[in-house]
Amino acid sequence: MDLKKSTFWGYKRENGRIGVRNHVVILPVDDLSNAAAEAVANNIKGAIALSHPYGRLQFGADLDLHFRTLIGTGSNPNVAAVVVICIEDQWAKKVADGIAATGKPVAYFGIEQHGDHDTIMRASKKAKEFVQWASELRREERPVRDLWVSTKCGESDTTSGCGANPTVGNAFDKLYPHGVTLAFGETTELTGGEHLVIQRCRNDEVKKKFQFMFDRYQAVVEAHKTSDLRDSQPTKGNIAGGLTTIEEKALGNIQKIGRECLVDGVLDKAEAPTGPGLWFMDSSSAAAEMVTLVAAAGYTVHFFPTGQGNVIGNPILPVIKLCANPRTVRTMSEHIDVDVSGLLRKEMTPDQAGDALLDCMFRTANGRLTAAEALGHREFVLTRLYESA
Amino acid sequence: MIHFVVHDEHDSVGVVVVEGVKAGQKLNGWIMDQDKDIQVEAKSDIPIGHKLAIKPLKNGDTVIKYGVDIGKTIAPVAVGEHTHVQNLRTKRW
Repeated sequence: MDLKKSTFWGYKRENGRIGVRNHVVILPVDDLSNAAAEAVANNIKGAIALSHPYGRLQFGADLDLHFRTLIGTGSNPNVAAVVVICIEDQWAKKVADGIAATGKPVAYFGIEQHGDHDTIMRASKKAKEFVQWASELRREERPVRDLWVSTKCGESDTTSGCGANPTVGNAFDKLYPHGVTLAFGETTELTGGEHLVIQRCRNDEVKKKFQFMFDRYQAVVEAHKTSDLRDSQPTKGNIAGGLTTIEEKALGNIQKIGRECLVDGVLDKAEAPTGPGLWFMDSSSAAAEMVTLVAAAGYTVHFFPTGQGNVIGNPILPVIKLCANPRTVRTMSEHIDVDVSGLLRKEMTPDQAGDALLDCMFRTANGRLTAAEALGHREFVLTRLYESA
Repeated sequence: MIHFVVHDEHDSVGVVVVEGVKAGQKLNGWIMDQDKDIQVEAKSDIPIGHKLAIKPLKNGDTVIKYGVDIGKTIAPVAVGEHTHVQNLRTKRW
């Protein structure tokens, strides 16, 4: 596929970023505000509430990450406008101000001294205004470099490493020279293949930063493990699918970054990249957590290879699923956007598989709903670093 | 028909990519990186996605896949035998 002249149709936001979805988000800052946020989303068709269980008495780096994730989510160009709701007015304002820096419409409401009823009424009026405003925005034709594409695999098996993950790698190698902003992560799932990532880092500074993030996560594992991690890494699903060791899982995982593109930079969780190229984000390997973090960093399309069949989606980031396991493609067809099982029968070349994924990427960017979107998968899962105070 | 695939010709294991492989079955393999063919007789029933040894392994041997170390054996493994958690373990953690 010649990407030089390839374009897609996206929504240009106030800060110049291009979105491929046009969501109006009702964003609760804390667990207490979920009920009001859900009520507003129920009142106003076309608005979505991003409920989550956290936000109270977090502190330090964990609180910073909480705010970074919420502000990043609201700032994502797939979001047209945001209504922020919090039990306390001041933190609602803090999140709203962070999102407003992008220039997009934001309103915020505190529940204290108002109660749910009054808050829901006022927030619903604003949400209705935003939804009607957003519904008149039009897509415009944009070059492929305006896409930000992230990847993370899940419920992997050995076919992921032979088929679906190298397909993402092939697509990344094709997107990279055109200035697309790319991301991968899953820090612990590089264990056993970390030397291969280090070899791909652009320079010593990037290598050092990657090694720091890798060692930091290994220290977390060491500090909390009871025996070893064999009970959770590989997961039961991975083992049922034939993956035996973390090293084997990691080597399959690393196929997603292709063979040619270099790692240009390293991001902390939910941190936005500062330019095009391939970025490594320190992140959990739990699917919904990782996808939530890259959505908060501003990515607009996601490649999700699976083997045994993961069903994940995200409320604002379209998750494209691809699979090379013929049994999963047969038994879970409603979840699979791109079937690359032909690779393992030699009926499809890696180049054709990569093109099939890119074709699906353009159709998705242009507005076609992914399987996860059509099925209503909107997993929004915040990463926590440690206990609340 | 391809029954199993191997990433690299130096690998010790391949991956079954069809359902219903039974012990005694003659299997056709495809070594992807070098685009070569290989034949192995299955010594066990092997589910789709699971590995079989394509080289004989002694207890404690390093197992190679993608041309890289993926762990060590904790029992001897014969060519064509199912290679999984019962005879292969991580060297990490």
